[in-house]
Amino acid sequence: MEIAERAGHVTARTISEKILSAKAGRELHAGDVAICDVDHVLGTDASGPMAIDYFEKMGGERLFDPSRVLFAFDHYSPPASAKTAAFHDRVRAFAERHGAELCDVGEGISFQLLAERGGALPGSLVIGADSHTVTAGALNLFATGVGSSDLAAAMITGQVWVRVPETIKVMLTGTRTAYLSPKDVALALVKAIGPAGANYQALEFHGSALGAFTLEERMVICNLAVEMDAKASIFPSDNATNAYLTGRKVGLASPVTADVRAVYAREVRLDLSRLSPRVALPHAPDNVVPIDQAVGTPVHMVFLGTCTGGRVRDFHEALAALNRAGGQLAPGVQLVVTPASREVADAIRDDGTLARFEALGATVTTVGCGACCGTSGVIPGDGMNVLSTANRNFKARMGNANASIYLASPAACGASAATGKITDPRAERAAR
Amino acid sequence: MNTDYIITSTRKRDTIDGQVLKQWLLETLDPAFAASVREGDMIVAGENFGCGSAMEVAVTVILAAGIKAVIAQSYSRTFYRNAINNGLIPVQCDTSRFEEGDLLAVQLDGAALSVANYTKELTLSGRPISGVMLDILEHGGLVPYIREHRRLMPREQ
Ligand code: SF4
Repeated sequence: MEIAERAGHVTARTISEKILSAKAGRELHAGDVAICDVDHVLGTDASGPMAIDYFEKMGGERLFDPSRVLFAFDHYSPPASAKTAAFHDRVRAFAERHGAELCDVGEGISFQLLAERGGALPGSLVIGADSHTVTAGALNLFATGVGSSDLAAAMITGQVWVRVPETIKVMLTGTRTAYLSPKDVALALVKAIGPAGANYQALEFHGSALGAFTLEERMVICNLAVEMDAKASIFPSDNATNAYLTGRKVGLASPVTADVRAVYAREVRLDLSRLSPRVALPHAPDNVVPIDQAVGTPVHMVFLGTCTGGRVRDFHEALAALNRAGGQLAPGVQLVVTPASREVADAIRDDGTLARFEALGATVTTVGCGACCGTSGVIPGDGMNVLSTANRNFKARMGNANASIYLASPAACGASAATGKITDPRAERAAR
Repeated sequence: MNTDYIITSTRKRDTIDGQVLKQWLLETLDPAFAASVREGDMIVAGENFGCGSAMEVAVTVILAAGIKAVIAQSYSRTFYRNAINNGLIPVQCDTSRFEEGDLLAVQLDGAALSVANYTKELTLSGRPISGVMLDILEHGGLVPYIREHRRLMPREQ
């Protein structure tokens, strides 16, 4: 009787509430604490070794399901010291012993690999010991970053404890203009919501402009939700989702839509028709200004890569903008190119993009996180200004506290590589 | 207060052992701080405690120093989570009237969490910790919890 009554009164829910309810086997609402079954568990070479320590301390003997546990060597790709090489050996031995999937040096960034391999399916729950795991929410799923102890417990039990988050409804409306990148949208949102503005909360995207973004572009928008301290960042499932999953999908997708009467913590609106390209100034991702306030700033290094700006379309847009702005690197500019995965690297090798960057004199580095966090790859020198497609520009982020990092879209980065100063990608044939 | 202030990344690059790292706790802000910490001390802080990297050592180094509770206005999500998972009590309440040297007692009574400030004659209630979170905290973290139960279970009411 009680169950029948409650079944008749299922209240309206957000996408997060629905996914977590399904994974907990009971109806949940924001604020509830629940135990959920996870679909995939992701570890990296940065978080994996400590997770293995926890796994052993917990008395772990086997993985709940080896086919659902993936380790990627992305932060130290390739290892730049004996110590990081030893981290790799430790994780390799663990993965081999327990049968977990291992993506070794040069394969790519963990959650990017999960998506490419068709493991990130609508309706699923993914946890990763990397804060930017939320990126996978572009595929209409609940993906969130956890610590090493959570990772270890999930590897043993297949479960994670979750406090169901409240949701901020983000309405994207208007018409997307030429050269407006998802990065610009994401930076504008970081500015609007603030660095802790989505603390303990999820973002859910709505609005008439969603169809203007491909799945990879939605990943960029979801990626930067972490810079607002969001727990998850989720798009609805639509044609773009299906297009991406075609030929990749393994398993069953269960698309989830929010109920019309779902309760949101608040609503944030962004009209794309009126949005211009954005730049985040040093040393915080929320230090965002319209690009015209930064135009002309000297640039010494341009970094194209990371889990934000290291996908095929990013490199195409950067190269096209570079060509429009003169087609050569400005004297003194170092261009660094790092694909986010092998699939991306293969695609831009096959279509000639990579060769074009090499001919320009770019440093093309091993697939992975590259120079993003200073652990592997090119380190900027003292006093250098770096313009980057990444998501974070904290002091010392790229391994040198005396460098200044600016964040912008791939097109702005490409144009600026040709001019040697921050350049609006909309300015055709900018003067050199 | 970001995790890099709690323990700088240059220190944690060489070891992740809390017993070693505790000598550098908060060194960027106050190099003398670590040596002054006594068993049972608490850290009192402001907004967004533990923001920045999600590295779990930020929690384990505080515990290694003998600190069993942090009291802050608010926490970054990952720090809060890692605190529960390692048995560090994260009290969330208004700390604006607290001062260094105040005599404090944190009480966890079921889901109700409160902090008494005897010096200021105040008792404040913190954000409640419920369900499995409370179970994990009462076990002293996820390690003892999983060792005992082998899985996560809803809390017996
Ligand atoms: S590319 Fe940068 S932000 Fe992305 S996972 Fe790697 S280190 Fe983190």
